[in-house]
Amino acid sequence: MPIDPAALEALLPLHPQTFHILLSLARGDQHGYGILRAVEERTGGTVQLSAGALYRTIHRLLEQGLITEPRHPSGPTDDPRRRYYRLTAFGRAVALAETQRLGKLVKLAKHSGLVPGTA
Amino acid sequence: MNRFYRALLRLYPAWFRGEYGDEMAAAFAERQAEGRGTGPIAIQAVADVVPNALAVHWSVLRQDLRYTVRSLLKSRGFALAAVLVIALGIGANTAAFSVANFVLLKPLPFPEPDRLVRLCEGPGGWGCNNQMTGLNYREFVGRSVSFQSMGAYRSWPVNLVGAGDPVRLTAAALTPSVLPILGVAPYLGRVFDSAQGGEADRRTAVLSYPLWQIQFGSDPGILGRTIQLDGSPYEVIGVMPPGFEYPRDHRIWTSLVLRDDGECCLEGIGRLREGVSIGQAKSDMTRVTEQLNSERPVEQETGHSTFLLRDEFAPRYRHLLLALCGAGLCILLLSCANLANLLLSRAVAREREFALRTALGAGRERLVRQMLTESVVLALAGGAAGFLLASIALPLLSLLVPTTLAVTGGPGLDFRVLGLATLLIGVTGLGFGLFPSIRSAGTAWSGALREGARTGGGGKRRLRNVLVTVQIALSVVLLISSGLLIRAVGRVQSIEPGFAADSVMTFRTALPRPKYDSTHVRGEFYRRVLSQVRALPGVKSAAYTSGLPMVMIGGLGSITVPGLDLGPRPPTASFRYVSPQYFETMGIPFKMGRDVEDADLPARPWVAVVSESFVKRYWPGENPLGRQFRLRQDLRTVVGVVGDVMFRGLERSSEPQVYLPAVQGPEVILGAYDPKDLVIRHSGSSAGLYAEVRRIVRAADPEQPISNVRPMTEVLETQTATRVAQVRVLAALAAVALLLAGVGIHGLLAYTVAQRSQEIAIRLALGGAPRRIAGMVLSQGFRLALFGIVPGVLGAYAMARAMRALLFGLDPADAATIGTAVGLVLLIAVAGSVVSARRATRVSPMAAMRSE
Repeated sequence: MPIDPAALEALLPLHPQTFHILLSLARGDQHGYGILRAVEERTGGTVQLSAGALYRTIHRLLEQGLITEPRHPSGPTDDPRRRYYRLTAFGRAVALAETQRLGKLVKLAKHSGLVPGTA
Repeated sequence: MNRFYRALLRLYPAWFRGEYGDEMAAAFAERQAEGRGTGPIAIQAVADVVPNALAVHWSVLRQDLRYTVRSLLKSRGFALAAVLVIALGIGANTAAFSVANFVLLKPLPFPEPDRLVRLCEGPGGWGCNNQMTGLNYREFVGRSVSFQSMGAYRSWPVNLVGAGDPVRLTAAALTPSVLPILGVAPYLGRVFDSAQGGEADRRTAVLSYPLWQIQFGSDPGILGRTIQLDGSPYEVIGVMPPGFEYPRDHRIWTSLVLRDDGECCLEGIGRLREGVSIGQAKSDMTRVTEQLNSERPVEQETGHSTFLLRDEFAPRYRHLLLALCGAGLCILLLSCANLANLLLSRAVAREREFALRTALGAGRERLVRQMLTESVVLALAGGAAGFLLASIALPLLSLLVPTTLAVTGGPGLDFRVLGLATLLIGVTGLGFGLFPSIRSAGTAWSGALREGARTGGGGKRRLRNVLVTVQIALSVVLLISSGLLIRAVGRVQSIEPGFAADSVMTFRTALPRPKYDSTHVRGEFYRRVLSQVRALPGVKSAAYTSGLPMVMIGGLGSITVPGLDLGPRPPTASFRYVSPQYFETMGIPFKMGRDVEDADLPARPWVAVVSESFVKRYWPGENPLGRQFRLRQDLRTVVGVVGDVMFRGLERSSEPQVYLPAVQGPEVILGAYDPKDLVIRHSGSSAGLYAEVRRIVRAADPEQPISNVRPMTEVLETQTATRVAQVRVLAALAAVALLLAGVGIHGLLAYTVAQRSQEIAIRLALGGAPRRIAGMVLSQGFRLALFGIVPGVLGAYAMARAMRALLFGLDPADAATIGTAVGLVLLIAVAGSVVSARRATRVSPMAAMRSE
């Protein structure tokens, strides 16, 4: 399915929590608690998702079509009874667009002399 | 702990809980097991669930709102009709009840107002037709036992000089007990001291707050300052707090010292003893007056009228306001019925949509929420529009507030009524919007899909028939009631007042005492002003009178005629002191004899011009000229006869009238009744007249204010203003009711035709005559109308009997009114049916079949 650039643009910028959830799904299907743990581990515990915030976001991402719930999750499934989520092509495109947006911002900051460690 | 978390999950919408609840509980439990959470678990659980559940609800609400707006925009006709219907119901009802509440229920602005009582002499009843004499007041105070305290007062129009421009105010002279009875402490200074019956404060005054603000610039050093009232010095001893105003529209108070002689014209007020009811006070006063009457000769007999201060307005105001509330309620019920009908047909039309959505997996909860949102949005939009309508209507309705009401200010919108009306509408909206959709979403969906659009069972159709019938009945009630009132206004307006109000301007120049104590000085003032005014271009004639008809309704004196036995209670006549040209100026027709003249000086024989009814009463069929009678004690000779004037107003009977030369009277009477109203008959426009009159009056006396400048037509209009306002309101309500009923009939029949389009199509296809099919639809509309008209007419008759006092003698079963109202309703019913009947004959058999 072709990706509608306008629909994509409308979702940016992403909320950091949303971006983290999408990142957690970039390498493969994952269940809810797995996402929680992955986010915490990746950020060294600075980003803590509550179960409520996680599932609220998941519900929205499902509705927006950024993720989907596959019948047969791929990759290592540690618990077959759990519900797994998968990044859709659209979700991947959105995450990518957000990454580019952030990259541009970082570049701009560097051009302006804001280089970490120099302040 | 897990159980607590699961219990908290109930805060989420059920569908969300069903979808994610288990996962969330598991994730929460795992996190606790791994010891990742921080802080007490219960707090973590609450912090996790509560904000997120709220966020989910909010996002659902936003979705529902978006959907509601979209779906209402799609069916704009329905949305507009619903909002309009709701707005009319809420607006009319809120405005009507706000005014009624203000007049009938709002507590007086005094402590323990239920113990405040008004007292007067005269026959019992609602009001003070007769004022008290000082003698009787003293007896009432001395002999009654129900009152903690009693007081008397008298209104006293004064010219205030010494603070900016001279102004004309209404003052009240009060016995020292009056202000303590009302129980309001002064804002500044003190009130009158009861020592020596107020004698100590004879030359003191208490100002009202607005007078102190406007006329004295809120001067903090006002206490002790001397002001001039009618030329006499008074020392200001106090200022009353903002909002205090008793009697209504009085701005300044002085101390009333009762004289020993037969002082008249007092108003009484009292505060009941603790625990004494108004009924007990009435029987107490009856005992007192009976006791007095047994001790006195028959011509000095007295009576009393004792009633709560709260109730000081004519009973017809109560009728009028109750009628208004009834009409408001009718409209609200009509709106509810109409809204119910609208929603029912919408629900039927949406049965398939909901069935489809249910089949596609939308839970019943989502659909109910959706409908709930729609109902609330409609109710709120209608409520807001209704609020606007009520605020527009309120100033018009405020004309219905009686001027004698002791409550200050005007009515404001009553938000409790607004809330209640919105609630009733909301409940109707929920009842008729929600439950049909729950049913169709829950059980009938498969049927709805199978059967096509022809759902909506017999029960629902019957309910809709009943709703339309109720609407028709209510609108018949409103139409007949307002029709009767319109006819009553017509009757009142067609009464001849006895004078010609067109092209007459009136001005008041009340001459202050003691400056104008001398009859001669007053006479000079009148002559000077009148001669200059009469010389103005465009002025045809001008005169002074002691009281304009319908403005001054007092001024009665007992009549005796030498040689005629008129019984122990002498009859009364109204008397007015007038200058020459009064009859010509007012357009009161001359029947015989002459006008009063400048030559009728105090030293000359005292004369009088009398009205025709006066002649009929005392000398029927005889020539009255040269006859003599006594007014109060003074002998008068009749020199002229004029037509009668309805000086008490169009709706009351008036006593015979006597007109006396402005300077021929005893000092004590002339003090209260000296001419003060200048009337001018002019040709062309009255513009510029005021400036000229002001110049002339200033030249005669620079300290003399002019007040009450208005055309005589305005005086006449105020006579019917309340009625006209009331009729406008009721007629508007009736028109709304008629419109609602028409919309109701139309909606029902349009729906029926749509429902039966297949049946009609088959009939047409089988050769049924279109005329018969149209007749079928029309007769259905007609039947509904008839079913509504019969109870409507009965209801209207009951209502008209209840408000007989307002009908001015009109028969509550007035055939012309009932006939017109019924005809109008039938006309509307036919108009509502015709469109649908025509549509029925145009049903295309092929299209109707294809739509399946």
